[in-house]
Amino acid sequence: MAPLEDQRSTVYKVDPAHPETETLPTLRTEELLLNMGPQHPSTHGVLKVILELEGERIVKSTPVMGFLHRGVEKLAEGMTYHQFIPHTDRLDYVCAMYNNFAYCRAVEKLMDITVPERAEYLRTIVAEVQRIIGHLFWLGTQALDIGAMTVFFYTFRDREILLDWFDELCGARLTTSWYRIGGVERDFTPALVDKLWRFLEYFPPKIDEYVIFLERNRIWLARTKGVAVISAEDALNFGLSGPTLRGSGVNYDLRKYEAYAAYPKCEFSVPVGKNGDTYDRYWIRVEEMRESLKIIRQCLEQMPKEGPILADVPSVTLPPKDRVFTNLESMIQQFKLFSQGFDAPPGEIYCGTEAHKGELGFYIVSTGGGRPYRLKIRAPSFIHMGAFDYMARGYMIADAITIFGTYDIVMGECDR
Amino acid sequence: MHPLAAHIQAKFPDAFIEAKEWRGDLAITVKRHALHDVCRFLREDPQLDCDYIVHVSSVDWPDDEERFEVVYEVYSIRKRHRIRVKTRVPEHDCEVDSMTDIWKGAEFMEREVFDMMGIRFRHHPDLRRILLPDDYPEGYPLRKDFPVQGKGWRDTFEFLQEEVP
Repeated sequence: MAPLEDQRSTVYKVDPAHPETETLPTLRTEELLLNMGPQHPSTHGVLKVILELEGERIVKSTPVMGFLHRGVEKLAEGMTYHQFIPHTDRLDYVCAMYNNFAYCRAVEKLMDITVPERAEYLRTIVAEVQRIIGHLFWLGTQALDIGAMTVFFYTFRDREILLDWFDELCGARLTTSWYRIGGVERDFTPALVDKLWRFLEYFPPKIDEYVIFLERNRIWLARTKGVAVISAEDALNFGLSGPTLRGSGVNYDLRKYEAYAAYPKCEFSVPVGKNGDTYDRYWIRVEEMRESLKIIRQCLEQMPKEGPILADVPSVTLPPKDRVFTNLESMIQQFKLFSQGFDAPPGEIYCGTEAHKGELGFYIVSTGGGRPYRLKIRAPSFIHMGAFDYMARGYMIADAITIFGTYDIVMGECDR
Repeated sequence: MHPLAAHIQAKFPDAFIEAKEWRGDLAITVKRHALHDVCRFLREDPQLDCDYIVHVSSVDWPDDEERFEVVYEVYSIRKRHRIRVKTRVPEHDCEVDSMTDIWKGAEFMEREVFDMMGIRFRHHPDLRRILLPDDYPEGYPLRKDFPVQGKGWRDTFEFLQEEVP
């Protein structure tokens, strides 16, 4: 082994004008490898990143994922289509409703089922409530990670109101499983509608409150403006979606592009950023919360007062719950649908849905029978992590946290 | 036939196998050697203009001679169409060209396909396992001959016994 002196290399050349600098100690200049994670409070789950550093600058980063891998895609191959719905809750456990929605939509496309109108409105309202919850969660944790702690308490206070609303709707706060193939599990009660109206009045001033907290905070501005910049071409090339893509100026929103559920009947705009930095993506998410409120308001006004909430396709959709308890045939139907499943036609479909993180898609291959032959989940968090190395190069270690955060990453979805 | 499929067929008459349209999704199957050229054509042709990669996936058909199917799904933001390109590879030589040079996002997606199905991608910059551990000894879990409960690697772990006070 070479003596220690030889491993060192000189960084500072001696300035001839200042010969006294010759006595300064020489500094080691090798690159430093730093393991960030897997246990780190701001990795939003269990994620490890190996950072190659030059001083405090990131030269290269290698994400190491899979700590939360549960083999959901393999499990799906052994389950009937109805049985898989609760598993989708556990993908992105912060926003279970949207996962249910995306999955049910994919199966409906496979089975060619049309959802009744009232159910479409119910689905849209709950999906937008879930979007607000997702953005509140993101805003709180992102600000907390960056160092603005106060916002976290305010966003979680308001998120709690909506989670209680979910609790009243379906009996669960996070793992909801409220969507069903062909519709939804149960209707709104008048009390729930009342609470939603009250929330629509309550919430807009609160958004302004968060904005005041953050946009007058110099630390927040310094740590988000011009950080993690990605151009529109690169963002598209990496397959980014949702606010992460729209922050770069690409107006890609499946709610407009595919016009599913009740979205085509509502008027709303899609906020698009200009600079492609973390600040623009923050701004988009705040504006999306306001747009979500508009959508909810319009849906509540337009929604038909009565009507079925589940498509009437007895070979596929579940019988109404009250009949299951009183009618033998319905009981048998429910039992057979869950244990044997329905007979899906052979074929393959892909169906993408605009979740609050980005495009959440399901690719289902069926060979007939009650179970999917292959089910692939296009998880936005996973695809966003593909761009991490590219976006992190040249930034400081502390900015790595900002960059995870700006994707709104949840490892349960990333690792599946 | 769908006009876009006909457009691709006109460009690659030999490599084009079939086009299917079902539930509004267009899926074309091409021969393996031409997959990279077809994808480059999808990306660069002004009529197709598929600048956005949706997902890379794989399906195992153990009874077929060419056992694995590799699926690329791409989308055009400007033209608003979605095309699924598929190709088949046999088990003894399951290798296709990587699309990383066309869509950078393919890097992680292809790594996942390698990890789960064992299909190798030629010219991929960093083809390693991504979700499973690097020393995972049981093979490729999404293949149909892989049991759901695993092949017993987990049972060989030494667990610390909990001491009850």
